[in-house]
Amino acid sequence: MGRYVIRRLLQMVPVFIGTTFLIFVMVYALGDPVAAMFGDRAPDPATAAQIRHAMYLDHSLPAQYVHYMKQIFTGNFGTAATGQPVTELMGSAFPVTIRLTLVAFAIEAVAGIGLGLLAGMRRGRFADTGVLAFTLLVVAVPTFVTGYVLQYFLGVKWHVANPAVAEGAPIGDLILPGLVLAAVSLAYVARLTRTSVAENARADYVRTAVAKGLPKRRVVTVHLLRNSLIPVVTFLGTDIGGLMAGAVVTERIFNIHGVGYQLYQGILRQNPPTVVGFVTILVIIFLAANLLVDLLYAVLDPRIRYA
Amino acid sequence: MRGAKSAKWVVGAAVVALAATACGGGSGDTKAGGSDDGIVRAWWGDPQNPLEPANTNEVQGGKVLDMIFEDLKEYNPTTGAAQLAAAQSITTTDQQNFTIKLKPGLKFSDGTPVTAHSFVDAWNYGALLTNKQLNAYFFEDIAGYAKVHPDSGAPTAKTMSGLKVVDNQTFTVQLTQKFSTWPDRLGYKAFAPLPTSFFTDHAGYLDKPVGDGPYKIVSYTKGSSMKLVPNPYYTGPSKPKNKGVLLKVYTDSNTAYADLQAGNLDVLDDIPAEQLSHVKTDLDGRYLNQPAGIIQTVSFPLNQKAWSKPGMDKVRLGLSMAIDRKTITQKIFQGTRTPATDLTSPVLGAAGGYSSDIAGDSVTYNPAKARELIKEGGGIPGGHMTIGYNADSGSHKEWVDAVCNSINNVLGDNKACVGAPTGTFADFRNQITKGEMTNPFRSGWQMDYPLIDDFLTPLYATGGSSNDSHYSNPQFDKLIKQANAEPDTAKATALYQQAEKLLFTDMPVIPLWYQNGEAGWSSRVSHVTENAFSYPVYTDITVNNS
Repeated sequence: MGRYVIRRLLQMVPVFIGTTFLIFVMVYALGDPVAAMFGDRAPDPATAAQIRHAMYLDHSLPAQYVHYMKQIFTGNFGTAATGQPVTELMGSAFPVTIRLTLVAFAIEAVAGIGLGLLAGMRRGRFADTGVLAFTLLVVAVPTFVTGYVLQYFLGVKWHVANPAVAEGAPIGDLILPGLVLAAVSLAYVARLTRTSVAENARADYVRTAVAKGLPKRRVVTVHLLRNSLIPVVTFLGTDIGGLMAGAVVTERIFNIHGVGYQLYQGILRQNPPTVVGFVTILVIIFLAANLLVDLLYAVLDPRIRYA
Repeated sequence: MRGAKSAKWVVGAAVVALAATACGGGSGDTKAGGSDDGIVRAWWGDPQNPLEPANTNEVQGGKVLDMIFEDLKEYNPTTGAAQLAAAQSITTTDQQNFTIKLKPGLKFSDGTPVTAHSFVDAWNYGALLTNKQLNAYFFEDIAGYAKVHPDSGAPTAKTMSGLKVVDNQTFTVQLTQKFSTWPDRLGYKAFAPLPTSFFTDHAGYLDKPVGDGPYKIVSYTKGSSMKLVPNPYYTGPSKPKNKGVLLKVYTDSNTAYADLQAGNLDVLDDIPAEQLSHVKTDLDGRYLNQPAGIIQTVSFPLNQKAWSKPGMDKVRLGLSMAIDRKTITQKIFQGTRTPATDLTSPVLGAAGGYSSDIAGDSVTYNPAKARELIKEGGGIPGGHMTIGYNADSGSHKEWVDAVCNSINNVLGDNKACVGAPTGTFADFRNQITKGEMTNPFRSGWQMDYPLIDDFLTPLYATGGSSNDSHYSNPQFDKLIKQANAEPDTAKATALYQQAEKLLFTDMPVIPLWYQNGEAGWSSRVSHVTENAFSYPVYTDITVNNS
């Protein structure tokens, strides 16, 4: 197990270098960040040259990349357009986004698996049809539509929730955005769980468990659900990355000053350190989440072993 | 038990992840502006640059500087006229050497005195090339600027020779040439004084800037909010009529609009375009919309032979007359733009050089005359033109398409004009700066200070810092120079206008419209107005029932 983990960690290195380089090239292709700083006015060449030099922009692209990577390994992610170190932005943005993601993840897992289990157990009946219709609707509506509609009705019309998240992003304010963020994935989780549960409900080991005279509760939770969760866990794991990326839209709608907001600002101001730095960390999170999922398989299904 | 052993790994990893997030949780829940504290909660965008006076060239940072600094002169919020503020007097006998005397007893919000050094040191800092200040060019009229800010190479001096401190309250300024209206520029925040802490603890200063203006910053969380309260040491005329201002950064102005409707925000000066059609009913009329010091134009690339050869001036004029400005401002902008009648802005006022008829027929929609002029001049080069714009901000596509449609309708040719988007603003600017444009492109000008000079010299003087169309007319340059040397303001303004008049026959740019400043506010506050820069006049806003 330990060796497997180490091997997976080593595999992350080329992925890491590849993604950062691609992002770096893409941000570079956006245009000249120095010209953008001067607004509608033509930049003063002498000042622009000074800024270019300070930002290491007066070197070739490969040289810039090498310089940037060297900095990263000393823990220096460069500075944003506002003069703040990118690490400082990360320190304020990531906890917020991670909290939002966790809220969304909790909603997605609990509600999704719950609905899926309900539908799977009552296959073909009213509850099942209801869940299928509901999830179809949720999948069909784009996230930003759900976001603005819920924000308007719950926030502006009925005053149930705050339309914008307050400074510091307290958990209470994050429930509505979390729900919006989780909506689509929740529908997928529900549908996956439903199919899996419905299929396994007729499996031999469930029949055996029932025949043994186990209480229904135990049959469902330990035997049926545990075995049905493997595809769901795969989805949930990869979805953590998806949720963090999806947060870009949700954060903007609900005024959450997290990763999405910083990335947006970084792109708008064409600040390579901000964009590349944040994406790099997102890549690492994505890789880690995938590793975690692969390890979880072994917990759910003892037949799966890693060496 | 392989399963159990794996579980330990997973649980371990999960605990680490949770612990990491828990650290960030639960902290910093500062209650954002209660209902009875008399504090105005206002919309804000994250400033693009560090909050240094000579380094702030956009509205969001400018707003804050406006609140925390008092300059030698200040612009009257209603008329835009420059009036003495921190200065007791600014005198000159030759329009080139100025003696500036400060009012006695002025203090920064940290209690330290405002002296002649506060100004001279700040200006020298702003001009010095190695400080990389975006507004350094503001100081270029002061003698010795070329040494601290050479066009290439390292600076050979650290301070400008034209600035001399006489005593604590007095300093003198020598300009490189005669410039009678120069003191009126001193209301721009790049000319703000700086306390000694700016130079001794720069990083600390940027975390919490200190100024001599009506407000004082009590807390600043970069990227999310800033709280300001009245500055106890401020003695000037704009004493705040509220107990403070909380600036809240929003990720999206639509969200801010929702928050305004829900009663969590008091002042929003960026009404999203989607809401314009119903903003008046949504806010019960608590909405203002007035021309700002911003003019939008279409520039011609006069460095390209095709657009500058003889006869093309008729084509350029004809194109200007082929644009139906009134319909476009109403239909596309819902009345948030005002058709241009000159190349300045109504915020200057008639005395400041704005004119509602100086452009004459050249900006009036006249399809028949337009067709005739374009034909006479030899037609659009190659029979086809594009209008360049950047696609990443400001929804330029809609109006560019509308302008092109208007031209196409006049010419009866569906393909005469089309929009040409460039991906990002930076890239777009880059092409303009390098003179690579071969077709007309959108351009805009936001004034630095409400003076007619600022709408003309940088944009149309030969080699002007923002002369994007590469326009050059010796007569124009001569008139500007004369105006600069003219001691009488009224006469100087008339000379500037004479120069401006040349632009309507040469047509280096097509004047389109003035951008309006807008603001919506909650029922909790009243007396919301905007100044010439389209910043809300925060000091005048009152909070009801407090």
